[in-house]
Amino acid sequence: MKKLLVYLKDYKKESVLGPLFKLLEALFELFVPLVVAAIIDKGIANNDHGYIVRMCIILAVLGVIGLVCSITAQFFAAKAAVGFSTKLRHALFAHIQSFSHSEIDAIGASTLITRMTSDINQVQSGVNLVLRLFLRSPFVVFGAMIMAFTIDVPSALIFAVAIPVLALIVFGIMLLTMPLYKKSQRALDSVLTKTRENITGARVLRAFCMEERESEDFAERNETLVSIQKFVGKISALMNPLTYAVINAAVIVLIWQGAMRVDSGALTQGQVVALYNYMSQILVELIKLANMIISLTKALACANRISDVMDIRCSLKNGSVSTGIEDAPVVEFENAALMYNGASETAVEGVSFTAVRGEMVGIIGGTGSGKTSLVNLIPRFYDVCAGCVKVNGVDVREYDIDALRAKIGVVPQKAVLFKGTVRSNLEWGGEDRDRDFAIEAVKASQSMEFIFKLDRGFDTYVSQNGSNLSGGQRQRLTIARALMKRPEILILDDSASALDFATDAKLRRAIRNLPYDPTVFVVSQRASSVMKADKIIVLDDGVPAGIGTHEELLDNCEVYREIYYSQFPKEEQANG
Amino acid sequence: MAKKKDTIKKVWKYISRYRAYLILSVLLAAVTVILTLYVPILVGYAIDGIIGPGNVDFHGILGILIKIGAVVAATAALQWVMNAVNNKITYNVVRDLRLAAFGKIQKLPFSYLDSHTSGEVVSRVIADADQFAEGLLMGFTQLFSGVMTIIGTLFFMFRINIWIALVVVCLTPLSLLVAKFIASRTYNMFMVQSKARAEQTSLIDEAINNLKLIKAFSREKIIIDEFDYANDYLHDWSLKAVFFSSITNPATRFVNNIVYAAVALAGAIAACSGHITVGLLSSFLSYANQYTKPFNEISGVVTELQNAIACAERLLELINETQETPELGNAKTLSNAEGYVDIDHVYFSYSPNTKLIDDLELNVKPGQRIAIVGPTGCGKTTIINLLMRFYDPDSGVISVDGEPIKELTRKSLRTSYGMVLQETWLKSGTIRDNIVMGRPDATDEEVVAAAKAAHSYSFIRRLPNGFDTVIGEDGGSLSQGQKQLLCITRVMLCRPPMLILDEATSSIDTRTEIKIQKAFNELMKGKTSFIVAHRLSTIREADEILVMKDGRVIEQGNHERLMKRGGFYAELYNSQFKQPEIKTRKR
Repeated sequence: MKKLLVYLKDYKKESVLGPLFKLLEALFELFVPLVVAAIIDKGIANNDHGYIVRMCIILAVLGVIGLVCSITAQFFAAKAAVGFSTKLRHALFAHIQSFSHSEIDAIGASTLITRMTSDINQVQSGVNLVLRLFLRSPFVVFGAMIMAFTIDVPSALIFAVAIPVLALIVFGIMLLTMPLYKKSQRALDSVLTKTRENITGARVLRAFCMEERESEDFAERNETLVSIQKFVGKISALMNPLTYAVINAAVIVLIWQGAMRVDSGALTQGQVVALYNYMSQILVELIKLANMIISLTKALACANRISDVMDIRCSLKNGSVSTGIEDAPVVEFENAALMYNGASETAVEGVSFTAVRGEMVGIIGGTGSGKTSLVNLIPRFYDVCAGCVKVNGVDVREYDIDALRAKIGVVPQKAVLFKGTVRSNLEWGGEDRDRDFAIEAVKASQSMEFIFKLDRGFDTYVSQNGSNLSGGQRQRLTIARALMKRPEILILDDSASALDFATDAKLRRAIRNLPYDPTVFVVSQRASSVMKADKIIVLDDGVPAGIGTHEELLDNCEVYREIYYSQFPKEEQANG
Repeated sequence: MAKKKDTIKKVWKYISRYRAYLILSVLLAAVTVILTLYVPILVGYAIDGIIGPGNVDFHGILGILIKIGAVVAATAALQWVMNAVNNKITYNVVRDLRLAAFGKIQKLPFSYLDSHTSGEVVSRVIADADQFAEGLLMGFTQLFSGVMTIIGTLFFMFRINIWIALVVVCLTPLSLLVAKFIASRTYNMFMVQSKARAEQTSLIDEAINNLKLIKAFSREKIIIDEFDYANDYLHDWSLKAVFFSSITNPATRFVNNIVYAAVALAGAIAACSGHITVGLLSSFLSYANQYTKPFNEISGVVTELQNAIACAERLLELINETQETPELGNAKTLSNAEGYVDIDHVYFSYSPNTKLIDDLELNVKPGQRIAIVGPTGCGKTTIINLLMRFYDPDSGVISVDGEPIKELTRKSLRTSYGMVLQETWLKSGTIRDNIVMGRPDATDEEVVAAAKAAHSYSFIRRLPNGFDTVIGEDGGSLSQGQKQLLCITRVMLCRPPMLILDEATSSIDTRTEIKIQKAFNELMKGKTSFIVAHRLSTIREADEILVMKDGRVIEQGNHERLMKRGGFYAELYNSQFKQPEIKTRKR
């Protein structure tokens, strides 16, 4: 939490003035019972109408001053809280943008989104609440007690007893119920899980005729939840009656005490009324304070979660090299290995190969065999844990990351587009590129034809994730987007899966014929997609099982043969 | 409005079960409110007994104080009982609604489940139910005790002194007006704020979910600029919305203070002429303080109630959703099916505009294998949906062993099929829980035997707790292939007479795929099976091939016949399988 306070720095003035004005308001509120006492003791007792009118005008003036003070306080509090959350949101967003793939994997997108949205909103309300109320309520409670002391010390002692007792009840019940609320939250989660399972798994559950058993299970979980809720409810329902009883007990003692003090002439009737009014003020504020502490603990938990994200530092150190060595191979792996954070085994290891300009490299293997991990090392999405990866003869770790990635066009497995237009999505590959680049990229990716068929061509609206386009269209646009860069290295990570065979073939031909001769990496599980590559890397459980051409591998690589024949069975050969 | 009434009527059905508690709650609320309001008067009387030095009526005061003590004790006790009763009503109603909703989920037609996201349905059962309960029942009690407080206060005030009471009555509506004025002025700001927030959230969503892509294109700075633009816009409107709405409290408090001052003035002057005692003036003043509170609360309660009704509407919509066509009263039970499946002139479509299955004819004899072939997303699951009776055909009849499936119980039809889908689904629980789904009474030996036959035993044995290993929702840490092996084990344990299998596509590595293939072959021995096929050998060995494209069956026949026909199947076959064959032959 402390670290987040930095973002309140620009609102120092507001953060001080807000609570200050709130205190002023409370102070004026505390004068009211004294004025009323004066009305009773002087005005009514002496039948002095003029005095009464004057005192009532003072009451109204106190109200006006209170209004001015509290509106001023609200303004400063709102300004500080909203300003704080805006700055925090910017800082957190920028910080998240600095994360490397390792951090993104470790935290997870949904967590980050929650931090950015609801957590920050909660913190904003928390800050606002603190600035407005956190000082006010204790001030009124203790202020009322102090005022009571100024009126009459023995009577004020009743306050000194009542306040701790009330605090004990309010906070005791809070402390008692908080863990129970957590328990009921867990019970609710279990009801939720069951509900979701029965929707996502409806086909399987009904195929196995599980409906009745599932309903029984649900009813049981539901009952558990309700019984916890009722139990917590019974305890927290004690709060109001108990505090009410204590306050009124104090009032009874106060009046009795007051009666004796008035009898002996130490107090006036009006002063007893004032003491009674102070007692009423305390209850209201204590309840407010308790509610506020509940929202505050929530906000504090959110702040801590945000602060945890802020503490995570990007694990990649940026280099400074911007160009490579001229005649060096475009990509070179030297015994490279990658281990993900928190994993116990390497995802890939012992990879060594070189690829020169214009070469096509195929990477094949089963799921989890490390194909994507391998290509992710080239744009330095992750750092190697052993060996090294060089691009144009320079270790990727020595490059300025942006300069390195400018050389590389990546087409990820998942074809994702951003909200905007077809054009704005293509501009990702470079906004200042000239028309020829764009036409070349669009043509090679086989997108020309369908873009022209769209309602508004390049200006067609693209919804979030590109969900208004078909899978094949999306995939072709993501390829065009990468080609806009005219990359020296093009990485196609299983990115033709939604294309039909004819389009796929045209695409591969077009990529081979690109005028700038990129080095192309094709990741696939299908032998047919990589067969024609100049070099095929066969991965088995993260380790290269063979590197060579299709023919070489069929001769000497068992794993490749296994993959190939599982997709093109041997009997085909016998038949033919 | 009519809809709202309708909703309230339906909600009442669930609440009326607790009618007795509800009446009790209302009675308790009335009594506690009256008792609470009585205390300030008693205090006033007591204060009237304290006039000055030597002029204190100790005897009278003691009596009043004892009375106060009794009233307070009773109020506190009744208040607690009332809260407990309200809790009971609230939680029970929610429980009943959730049970009803869950029961409905079990009977919803798949057309509903397929067209709604799980999140949408879950939020109705969880969040809407909660909001409804809290909003409606808490809102109701607050509304009721609020109104009671107002009426009670008015009653007591008019009894003490009509003129001062009139001052209060005339001035208090001011606070309502002020609150309403501010609310209507800030409404627009809140709308803009929530729109700005929604836009920013969608930007955040997009940017964070695709952060890796942004990094690949080094777009971080551009995205941050876009974000800041949205952020600053949000800042401006948030500040307005937060500030102006926070004026409400000070403003109503101010009105309250003015009322207080007016009562003090009127009361004090009345007291001078002896129309009212000092003690009752102090009772009056404490009423003046309390009186506006329920007004402000009520305006909040109304929005809360409206929100609650909206939630109830969504929840009840789910509960009252039409369920799948009920079984016939005399539905027969299918036992030990032989495996004849006849599809006779079946027409089917998900929506009336797009025809899908058009006059499908298929006669399957026991033990035959039917392969369903086609590009991804061509609607192969439609056939499974019809066979399992997840959907009913628009016209035409599907029969098993000569019995139309509409005349069979769903339970007996579905247990006659073993289904393994490519989209594996596992429930949270132990491995064993997942395997014994179809036969909860299976012995340990049977489970182990099924696991061995399905080639899952070796990996299950290596899990930390073997068959008792707990897996999270949707399989948790198991690999895709392992999950599929578990699903096969599940079916292996039941050994149903007919099978529906979905062959693995590329997402599974070769070695596991071979194991799954072996397990499938073991399962299929002598059984009628429908296979969504990707492997050439499966397709070629099938007795009948259904070729699907864009959700429709476009060709039908065995391999030779379809090749001869030279249609889509032949094209598909040649493009996917033929080419490399020629190449290898050259060698």
